[in-house]
Amino acid sequence: MSDEILEKIATNVVQGRVEQEDEGFDDGFEGQPAVTELVEEALEKGIDPNDILIDGLTASMTTVGEKFEKGEYLIPDMLAAAEAVGAGMDILTPHLLKAGVKSKGKFIIATVAGDLHDIGKNIVAIMLKGAGYEVIDLGVDVPTPKIIEAVKENGAPFLGLSALLTTTMRNMEEVITRLKDEGLRDKIKVCIGGAPTSQDFSDKIGADGYCSDAFAALDWVKALAA
Amino acid sequence: MSDFRQGNIVKPYERLNREQIDRIHEASMAILAEPGIWCYNKQAAELFEKNGAASVLEDQGDSPCWRVRLPRKLIESAIAKAPSKVVLGARDPQNRLELDAEVPRVYFGSGSETNVWLETEMVEFVDPNDDSDRRKLPKYTEKRGSTALLARAAHLCEQLENLDFFIRPVNIQDEGITEQNHDVNKFFASLNNITKHVQAGLTSLDALGDVVNMAEIIAGGPEELRKNPVLSFIACIFKSPLQLVDDTAEKVFAIVKQGLPLVISSSPQGGSSAPIQEAGIVAQINAEILTGIALTQLIKPGSPVLYGSVPVRARLDDLHDLYGCPEFNQYNLDCVQMARHYKLPCYSSTGVGNAKVPGMQATFEKLFSHLYMAASGAQYIHYAFGLLDRTNTFCPLQAVLDNEQIGLAKHCMRPALIGEAEREEAVEIIRKVMTTNHKLFTRHTRKPVRAGLVSEPYHFESKTGEDHVLEKALDHMAALEARPVKHLARDMVERIFDEIPGLLPELKQSM
Repeated sequence: MSDEILEKIATNVVQGRVEQEDEGFDDGFEGQPAVTELVEEALEKGIDPNDILIDGLTASMTTVGEKFEKGEYLIPDMLAAAEAVGAGMDILTPHLLKAGVKSKGKFIIATVAGDLHDIGKNIVAIMLKGAGYEVIDLGVDVPTPKIIEAVKENGAPFLGLSALLTTTMRNMEEVITRLKDEGLRDKIKVCIGGAPTSQDFSDKIGADGYCSDAFAALDWVKALAA
Repeated sequence: MSDFRQGNIVKPYERLNREQIDRIHEASMAILAEPGIWCYNKQAAELFEKNGAASVLEDQGDSPCWRVRLPRKLIESAIAKAPSKVVLGARDPQNRLELDAEVPRVYFGSGSETNVWLETEMVEFVDPNDDSDRRKLPKYTEKRGSTALLARAAHLCEQLENLDFFIRPVNIQDEGITEQNHDVNKFFASLNNITKHVQAGLTSLDALGDVVNMAEIIAGGPEELRKNPVLSFIACIFKSPLQLVDDTAEKVFAIVKQGLPLVISSSPQGGSSAPIQEAGIVAQINAEILTGIALTQLIKPGSPVLYGSVPVRARLDDLHDLYGCPEFNQYNLDCVQMARHYKLPCYSSTGVGNAKVPGMQATFEKLFSHLYMAASGAQYIHYAFGLLDRTNTFCPLQAVLDNEQIGLAKHCMRPALIGEAEREEAVEIIRKVMTTNHKLFTRHTRKPVRAGLVSEPYHFESKTGEDHVLEKALDHMAALEARPVKHLARDMVERIFDEIPGLLPELKQSM
């Protein structure tokens, strides 16, 4: 019974289905329980939250990744799957904490001050959440003091900064300078991303990494954790 | 429509208003009444006269000519007998085309009888100052058209998913080809390599019987051929301005009597063989086509016929045709509307390049007319694949590039999908997404993508700083050509070779 429901969760992650009403990648799924309903059902049946996490949610993301690599899946399919994992994580997190299971770590993410663009930032957030990180999304046009405050408050090991404008990307440097000033720089790894940014710019402002897209962000954070 | 190619039903772009259509019609009727036409065919002159035209023998020399003044009533009553719906058959019934003058369903196909086949290879060039800088550039070789190349073109066109019908794009000039065996070889080389509709002009009237016999063998018998005409003909009966050609008229009589579909086409050149002014060239070509169509209906009422408009304009520095220019689109759009006005399926034109090789110029010129003519609602648009150097060259690589462009043009012309269900879905999706943190609609793109409602990026795009379009298209062409050829059944080919004289043996050996 436990295997069956975990398999169903995994299938629905691959199908990118959050809720019962969602369509899947393949036809014929609409109306059937999706990740949200299945995770709740699994918990009700007393299945170990850690098993739900590993065998139901995260393992199936490997299948999703392979499908993307083969060209079978496009970005929306990948994101739908990550979103399904994220929805499952929201339900599981309190149970995991109760069971003493630690998350992969907190990841603060923000679009810097003066910049309202958030598509790239949101995609990175969905993918990170889908990979098991606890994402703290500060939103757009976030003033530097607010970012510093969040870093202090959460003790997060990772910070991601996003900007789409050449005029606002300089605010990334300001965040890094303030982290140094506050004595926080050694405690957190900072990555940057956004159309006008580059590896050169990342090096210049003293960030720890430049991520050209959401996959690069995942690779970056996984490499740090390894 | 399940047994036909789907085509694209478009909301036609209408350049002319009702008054302008009426004015063109009135002008055409006035032209046919006075000065009338110069008819070089006795049979046609007599038939017109029998039906109320005034016919006067003007020239009794080697090429007798009758001046025929055609009354409005003759033309209008004859064209009213032409069917508004014509079916063009195909070896594969799924590839049949339904051309309905009252439905703006658009099909695109190839054309038309070039003499030169332009082959492309990519050659690597090295910067003499930097050995590491190597670039591939196209190198072109001109080949003389042949049956082997025509067979290759037919096979390639079978693979091009946006090509709906096949008009031979290259003339056959093999050593063994004569005027007598030209027709049987060109039709066989085409039909043996493509399962879509095949259309061509008839070179020699004497060959018609053999061509029809071949088609009957392929279709499964005389009756089956008339139900599923796997081939059809084009007759450019007028030499513009207003001169009805003797031998083409004879072919029209014979083809109509065979009961096979026929395009009555005309191709005046604005600025030389027709006025360059829009009203002038359109009134003239309309008069020419209507006369040809009227002739078919006088020969046999109800004969399947297409309104074939190929108006072009002259470039004024050398009087060659000028394609990819505004007037080409304007003239052709007007003709499509005139055909629709008469409830006649329209054979139209698009996509020819003045450019001699594939590249930016060709792309510009072709896209310029592909988009307009896709929007015209013409049922049957030829010239669309691979034509360069006006209509002198067929380049298979260009046909592959055109296939991509036409696919996107077809997608562009799809009707708006905004029904009640779509309205409800739009509101529901937006409300739902706005409750999320990320406010991204990506997951909701999946359904329309699966349903084929979302177009794909240009297939030959390059993700680096260099343009690799031609290289990628050439690789794609090689993959298409490597697919198995859909030949006719072996026993059918044997029967054709037994019964039809003049076929080149190599056409059978190459199978």
